[in-house]
Amino acid sequence: MKNILITLLIILIPVKSFGLIEVDITRGNLNPLPVAVSPLSIDEKSRQNFENILKKKNIGSEISLIVENNLRISGLFNPLNKDAFLQEPDIANLKPRFEDWNLIKAQALITGKVTYVEDKLRVEFRLWDVLAGKEMMALAFTTVPNNWRRVGHIITDKVYERLTGEKGYFDTRIIYVAEEGPKTQRVKKLAIMDQDGANNKFLTLGNELVLTPRFNPTSQMVTYLSYFRNLPRVYLLDIETGTQEVVGDFPGMTFAPRFSPDGKKIIMSFAKDGNSEIYTMDLENRIVEKITNHPSIDTSPSYSPDGKFISFNSDRSGYQQIYVMKSDGSNVKRISFGKGIYGTPVWSPRGDLIAFTKLHKGKFYIGVMRTDGSGERLLTENFYQEAPSWSPNGRVLIFYRETKTDSKGEGFSAKLWSIDLTGYNERQVPTPTDGSDPSWSSLLSN
Amino acid sequence: MKLSKILKNGFLIIVACLALSACATSKKTTGQMQGDVYTGTDTVEYLASGVPDRVFFATNESVLTTASRETLRKQAAWLRKNSKITIVLEGHADERGTREYNLALGERRANAAKDYLMTYGISSDRISVLSYGKERPVDSGSNPLAWSKNRRSVTVKAN
Repeated sequence: MKNILITLLIILIPVKSFGLIEVDITRGNLNPLPVAVSPLSIDEKSRQNFENILKKKNIGSEISLIVENNLRISGLFNPLNKDAFLQEPDIANLKPRFEDWNLIKAQALITGKVTYVEDKLRVEFRLWDVLAGKEMMALAFTTVPNNWRRVGHIITDKVYERLTGEKGYFDTRIIYVAEEGPKTQRVKKLAIMDQDGANNKFLTLGNELVLTPRFNPTSQMVTYLSYFRNLPRVYLLDIETGTQEVVGDFPGMTFAPRFSPDGKKIIMSFAKDGNSEIYTMDLENRIVEKITNHPSIDTSPSYSPDGKFISFNSDRSGYQQIYVMKSDGSNVKRISFGKGIYGTPVWSPRGDLIAFTKLHKGKFYIGVMRTDGSGERLLTENFYQEAPSWSPNGRVLIFYRETKTDSKGEGFSAKLWSIDLTGYNERQVPTPTDGSDPSWSSLLSN
Repeated sequence: MKLSKILKNGFLIIVACLALSACATSKKTTGQMQGDVYTGTDTVEYLASGVPDRVFFATNESVLTTASRETLRKQAAWLRKNSKITIVLEGHADERGTREYNLALGERRANAAKDYLMTYGISSDRISVLSYGKERPVDSGSNPLAWSKNRRSVTVKAN
């Protein structure tokens, strides 16, 4: 959000292809690539300047740690222990002694340098193929010092993209619902944090129940459900200014909001007289359109990335199942036909898959299927989990999981988790409190 | 629209009754549950003497049981006697469903109670509906009995 204060000054590039190292992203984490992240070197004067501004002893090392952590949680890379590094960071950045890095089994090497230039933080970094003994990429950029964590994320995105051939997802944020208190009286607040759990910030005070926040395509606006004055309604929040407004003027509960892919509309459910239907509201001209028309529950709508289709769940067949229709509401087709009930369909950013929650025989699953319902693949099974949200590159899903309470009804918790589309690399996403309903932002530096 | 809705609910009730009687032998009444509908009184509060404040539902259902209808008739009688009172019907679901669907389900349950009260002469002006989905369980347990207590519509005095 803080409008990409980063000015990307790409200086050196033309990367020739040498048939260098590549990471196969579709294969899972069976064999993470060993990579050495040499701490970014820093001259003493720059180090002192940044220590004064940021209260960090060595900002070069701190940025490298972010890169290292990102690479590790991606599951595709194995960052090597720094104790084994033989070459000094500043010299490595000029010219790596490849045989030394080869010795510790590094296949890729990241080096770089941080300098203080007119109150700004300037970073350059290089990615090296150790086996081929070649430079694969060199980039430099300048930003305000406070953006130092984002610098680490942007470096990771560039490295990830160079090695996998796909955009990264590290310079991103998660909006979610922070939860505290007993299960029967949970206090819930909107919260936002960096993808790695840093910079957590609460956006509401917890005075009213809030649920299901979702970003718009530029990640500067959020739509969510608030029980303000005990009237559950869909709201719109501008993250930068903090301005909030109710979406539309509906005589009843509106819920399950999401943005259209162009960010111009909000799609949501409106419940009246025991019947929930899907509506859209245009944010410019405020025109409201009814999309579904059926006496069953129609909710959890999600657009395809081209905006031409909408997936949703409905119990019109008797139980909750996933349907796809054209964005005008015509051509409704059921696509889920497996055993159990299906909900929370979310279209992948690539457009080829729909992620969902499934309940079968008392277990909850997060899975994916093609948009015609074929090729169902379940990624993870648990006592309770739901509400997947895609990383902007469509390779990772974030969702939340709740625990079973003990015989006294105690021990309840809700946590955010992520898993790769491959079904590998399942991990808890750190949050300061309990969390639920995560939504992944777009890539901020795009 | 309204009529067809009432007819539809009526039809569902008949179907449910048939289903219940058809498998009466297999649907055990285990102290506090019949089938998976809560029949106990642990969590029940009273709007007035002899007027329970809540009705319970089967999993994924919004059909009123015989006992629920009896409770709602008592509520209707009490509301007719106290014509100044307005109410909120708070609909709830158990934790074994997705959040958004449960919001819709809670709304459907509260409306089932509302429709029934209206057929006993309570004006819709006196009734508002509020769904909490699975957000406000009364029992924090993760077992069928706890879930049955949480699938409910609670009538709350609004004034």
